[in-house]
Amino acid sequence: MSRLQQILLAAIATSSLFAFVFPYAISADGTESTRLFSSVKMLLLVSGFLLVAGGVWRLPSLSTAQRCLLTTVASFVGAIVLLGELGGDSTWLFGGGFFAVMVAAWLLGWLAVEFLTECEPKAGYVQLLWSLAIPLFFGVWLLLLWEISVRALQVPAVLLPAPSDIGARIASSLDVLWVDFNQTFIKSVLSGYVMGCGSGFIVAVLIDRSPFLQRGLLPLANLASALPIVGVAPIMVMWFGFDWQSKAAVVVIMTFFPMLVNTVEGLSASSSMQRDLMHSYGASYWQSLFKLRLPAAMPLMFNALKINSTLALIGAIVAEFFGTPIVGMGFRISTEVGRMNLDMVWAEIAVAAIAGSLFYWAVSLVERWVAHWHPSIRRS
Amino acid sequence: MRPKTDGWLSRVGPVVSVLLALLLFWYVAAMLLNSPFERDQNARNDVENPSGMVWLGAVLNQKRPVLPAPHQVMQELYKTTVQKKITSKRSLIHHSIITLKTTLLGFALGTGLGILLAVAILHNRALERALMPWIIASQTVPILAIAPMIIVVLNAIGVQGLLPKAFISTYLAFFPIVVGMVKGLRAADPLLFDLMRTYNASDWQLFWKLRLPASIPYLTTSMKIAVAIALVGAIVAELPTGAVAGLGARLLAGSYYGQTVQIWSALVMASVLAACLVALLGLIDSWVRKRMGLVT
Repeated sequence: MSRLQQILLAAIATSSLFAFVFPYAISADGTESTRLFSSVKMLLLVSGFLLVAGGVWRLPSLSTAQRCLLTTVASFVGAIVLLGELGGDSTWLFGGGFFAVMVAAWLLGWLAVEFLTECEPKAGYVQLLWSLAIPLFFGVWLLLLWEISVRALQVPAVLLPAPSDIGARIASSLDVLWVDFNQTFIKSVLSGYVMGCGSGFIVAVLIDRSPFLQRGLLPLANLASALPIVGVAPIMVMWFGFDWQSKAAVVVIMTFFPMLVNTVEGLSASSSMQRDLMHSYGASYWQSLFKLRLPAAMPLMFNALKINSTLALIGAIVAEFFGTPIVGMGFRISTEVGRMNLDMVWAEIAVAAIAGSLFYWAVSLVERWVAHWHPSIRRS
Repeated sequence: MRPKTDGWLSRVGPVVSVLLALLLFWYVAAMLLNSPFERDQNARNDVENPSGMVWLGAVLNQKRPVLPAPHQVMQELYKTTVQKKITSKRSLIHHSIITLKTTLLGFALGTGLGILLAVAILHNRALERALMPWIIASQTVPILAIAPMIIVVLNAIGVQGLLPKAFISTYLAFFPIVVGMVKGLRAADPLLFDLMRTYNASDWQLFWKLRLPASIPYLTTSMKIAVAIALVGAIVAELPTGAVAGLGARLLAGSYYGQTVQIWSALVMASVLAACLVALLGLIDSWVRKRMGLVT
C-alpha cells in the first residue's frame, strides 16, 4: 500500500471517530443537540466505515480489486444514507458530526479511486471502460458532495442551487433549453465555426505560396490570437443586428486566427526529404499539396480546430450579452441572473458544458480518423 | 524557409507593408460603410452631396460612424490618455490600470493554482486519471458566460472588489499552466533521471533539483498564453458589474450609447495592453531559455 493510501486510511478513521465526538444535529436556537448515538442507522454506518478501513489496512489476503469493491460500496452506501438524512425537520441544523461522516464517505470514495487506478488493465477495450470510470467516479462524488453540503447547510437557492434542483429544472424546461441551444449553438456557433475555420484555412493555403505575405501576416496573426477579440462583440452587434448573424461574425473572427496560424505552420511540417521525393516524382504544386503537405498539416490543423471548438461557444455566448432577440443561451443566462433564477442559469451552463464537451469530443474523433498515423494518436 | 541573411529589414519590411495595406483597407472600409449615413443625412436636409475632399472629410469625421477611421480612434486615444488626468473617470489609463490589476491578480492566482495542480497530478496517478479529464472539460464550460453570476454570488457572500473578477481570469489562466507544467515536470532527459537515481536521490531531491528546473521553460511559455487569456477574462468579467470601471465597462458603455469611437479606442487600448503583457513574458521566456542554454 502506498503512503498516500495509508494517509487516506488514517484520515478516514480519524473523521469517523470525530463523528462520535461532535454533535450530530443542533436545534436552531442552539440550546439542544443530539449525538450520533441517537440514530442506530448512523451508528451502523460509521462502524461499517471503521470496519472497512480496518479490513483494508490489516487483511493482506484481500486483493486490490476486493479492496476497491469494499471501499466503493462503503462510500456509496454512506452517500445514500446521508442523502436520506436530509430534507427532514428544518428547525434542526446539522453539526460537525454529520459533516465528519460526509468527509469519511468522500475519503472512502477517493481511496476507491486509488484502488481502481491500481487494478487498471493494461490494454484492450476494458481499459477504455476504466478510463471512463475513473473520472466518472470522481465527478459523481463531486456532485454528491455539492448536493449533500448545499442541502445540509441550507444554502439559499439564490446563491447555489443543489444539483438535484438543477436536474429537475433541466427536465421541466427542455423546450426552452432546446430553443436556446438551437439559436446559440446550431445557428451562431456552427455556422461561425465553419466559416471562420474555412476562411482561415483558405487564406493560409493562399499565402503559403508567398513567403513575403507569410512573413508579413504571421507575426500579426500571432499577435491577433493573443488579443482580446471578444471585445469586437459590441461592434459586430451594431453591424449585423441582434440576430444570430452578429454572433456568427464574432465566432468567425475568433476562430480565424488560430486556424490561419496553425495551418501555415502545418503546411511547412513535412520534411524536406519528403518534399524532395515529391519533386523527383515530378509532382505538381497541387499534387504535392494534396498528397503530402495537407495530410502532414492535419495534426496542427486539428489542434486549431479543437481550440476553436471551445472558443466558438464562448464567443457566441458573450456576444449575446450585447443585444439579442429573446432567445439564446447568453440572453437566458443574463436575464435569469437578474431574476435570481439560478437553477435555470445552471441548467444553461450544464447544457453549454455538455455541448462544448461533445463538440470537442467529436472533433477529436474526426482527428483520430483523419490523422491516425500521427505518433500522438498511435498507441505505442 | 527563412533566408540566411535574416536582417531586420527582411523581417520588419513585410510586416510594415502588410500593416500599411491593412490601414488603407480600414480607410476604404470606413469610407464605404459610413457613406450611406452621410447620404441619408444630406437627403433629409435637402443638401447637395458635396464632392471630392469635402465629402471625404465629412465621411471620415462623423460623430458616431459605423466604422471610425483610424485617425478618429487615435484622436480619441490621445484625448482620453494624455489630455485627461489619470484620476479622472474619463481617462482610459484609469480604466486600463483597473483592468491590469484584475488581470495580474487573476494571472498570479491561476499560475499558482496551475503549478499546485500539476505537482499533485505528477505525484499521484489516481489523481491524474481522475482529474485530468475534468480539467479539460472545465474549459468547455463557457466561464465567461457564468461571469455575471459568479460576481453576483461572490458579492452576496461578501467577496468584493478585485477578487471576483480575478477569479474569472484565474479560471481561464490555470488551464495552460497545468497542461504545460505536467508536460514540463516530465520533460527532463531520462538519462538524467538515471543519474539522479545512481546518486540515490530522494523523490524530494529529484523534484527540486531535476524536475522543477527542467520545467521552467515550459512554465514561461505557458505563462505567455495564460496572461493573454487572463486579460480576456478580466475584460469580460467587467461587463456584468454594471459598467462601472475598466476596459470591459468602457466597451459596454460605448455599446449602450452607440459611441463607436469609444469602443474602438477601448479595443485598441486592450490590444496594446495584451501586446505589452505578452511581450514582457516573451522577454522573460527568451531570457530563461538563454540562461538554460536552450537557445544557441
